[in-house]
Amino acid sequence: MTTDGGLLLAVAVLAPFVGVMAGLALGGRFVVRVAFLTVLVGLGTALGVSRALVQSGRAVVYLLGGWAPPLGVALRADGLSAVMLVAVAVVIGGIAVYARADFGMPAGTGEARAPFTFWLLLLAVWGSLNLVFVSGDLFTLYVALELLTFAGVPLVCLDGKGETLRSALRYLLFALVGSVLYLLGAVLLYGAYGTLDIALLAARVRPEPITWVAAALMTTGLLAKTALFPLHIWLPPAHAGAPAAASAVLSALVVKGSWFLVVRLWFDVLPGVITRPSAQLLGALGASAILVGNVVALKQTRLKLLIAYSTVAQIGYLFLMFPLVAGLDAAHLDSGSAMTGGMLQAISHATAKAAMFLAAGLVYATLGHDRVADLRGIGRALPMTVVAFALGGASLIGLPPSGGFLAKWLLISAAVATAQWWWALVMLVGGLLTSAYVFLVVVRAMAPAEAGWVPKARVPRYQQVAVLALALCSFLLGAAALCPINVVRIGRPHVALVGSR
Amino acid sequence: MSTPTLFGLSAAVLVGLGLYGVIAHPQPLRKIVAFNVIGSGVFLLLGAIARRGAAAGMGGDPVPQALLITGIVVAFSATALAIALLLRLFGETGSVTLSSDAPAKADGDKAHG
Repeated sequence: MTTDGGLLLAVAVLAPFVGVMAGLALGGRFVVRVAFLTVLVGLGTALGVSRALVQSGRAVVYLLGGWAPPLGVALRADGLSAVMLVAVAVVIGGIAVYARADFGMPAGTGEARAPFTFWLLLLAVWGSLNLVFVSGDLFTLYVALELLTFAGVPLVCLDGKGETLRSALRYLLFALVGSVLYLLGAVLLYGAYGTLDIALLAARVRPEPITWVAAALMTTGLLAKTALFPLHIWLPPAHAGAPAAASAVLSALVVKGSWFLVVRLWFDVLPGVITRPSAQLLGALGASAILVGNVVALKQTRLKLLIAYSTVAQIGYLFLMFPLVAGLDAAHLDSGSAMTGGMLQAISHATAKAAMFLAAGLVYATLGHDRVADLRGIGRALPMTVVAFALGGASLIGLPPSGGFLAKWLLISAAVATAQWWWALVMLVGGLLTSAYVFLVVVRAMAPAEAGWVPKARVPRYQQVAVLALALCSFLLGAAALCPINVVRIGRPHVALVGSR
Repeated sequence: MSTPTLFGLSAAVLVGLGLYGVIAHPQPLRKIVAFNVIGSGVFLLLGAIARRGAAAGMGGDPVPQALLITGIVVAFSATALAIALLLRLFGETGSVTLSSDAPAKADGDKAHG
């Protein structure tokens, strides 16, 4: 049952971890080279998986050891997985290029702990995310989730200061409670149905109390890890306190792992068990996140905290897709558009947020601070970076031709088609609030500097190019509308989310 | 009440106690211990499920036992990471509070920070 290209799934998971071990063994002098080699191998593998998926038109499957479920473990990549694999590989590549300047450890300097650890953790986060995207059963997903947490938490406290250590511990505690609740839900599902394989479970689940309890526990645990309102308080200090490249990894990628798991759980394991009110509840939490996150972002005086609160808000958009898909299924319309909208939102946010955090890092290096009120002069000193920040912000606001625009277009169309106009209203208000703080930052950055001001440090040109490239990825993602095939649909069964049982 | 049911109920009690501990106690070390109590509850539940699902003549369903062992290892690593962070936090700041408005440590502590 292992399909063509199935081995690539195993390579996609193994390559980053082999990179971690090789980097650890070879030490500081070679870890950067190992990291870049792994970036190339991983990007190639992700593209290979996508090619295998599109060519066969079915999900790519790999059976570990040749043992089929329920006794064995299967890795399974459908359209959602392939899209996320490629997106994560691209963002990791961009962050790696940027981080070569910050954490490069050039020849002559010794091996320093923070840079060395950064490269190892970058690869570990990548490997864990790949495992999240291709896992075929709930327990492997639990292990992948824990790996993601263990790799992400030390990124918060790379500088070793007391405040970041505190944020890291708070993040770890939230994440651990989240994952143990997820495990409890998975255990209940095993006790009820005798298997944890996603495809087998989907055939066996019934809408009964134990499934609802398990679903509630697992979803709550995953929401704590994704920092959805009201479990978001750990995110802003954790993401703002980390070094710029680490913040980009955390905000753009790590939170997408647990979100992807909620998608897998609701759409692939529990279709038919999910009720419309529960989907509306998830959407309501997302809407609250959008409003609260954007309003608090407006009040921030530091750029990195502003971007972190913006992440809190953008995570809310990711959860609006659940009531929309549920509504479309209940009305017997095609829910693929809402699903594609959610995916596009995730990818455009990942690229845009990575670009914004990396731009904030460059601003900090040039100015010596990141106070929003005193950004004058940056526009002249770092023009590419300010443009990149503006393009990333445009994608978050939802201006054409960005990916954010296409995502919001699809989601708002779905909201109007199912007469759930309140979600459309929330998205429009969110876009308005986002534009307020993006314009705030860009206008302040464009102001001329005081006479005689010189930049505190010169940042290398390639760092600015990397940031601009990531922002352009997000800004031009609207071109996905021209894609002839709906990749998201490949390999996924057409089961309605609500009311199919 | 059969033995697996009794153990299942005990597991539920453990999870409840642990969840209360994580939420109610402000000190990080107590939260970490409470997380371990939740973990123990989940593992006990897995053991009860293994016993309940035992085929005739076998001692227990092997799959939950495998999940259980993996879970214990993962929880152990998580606790180790949390304790390491806690010790480092104490070494850097001299206190273990999680609230961000803790007073700055005295200069005397900076010597071994």
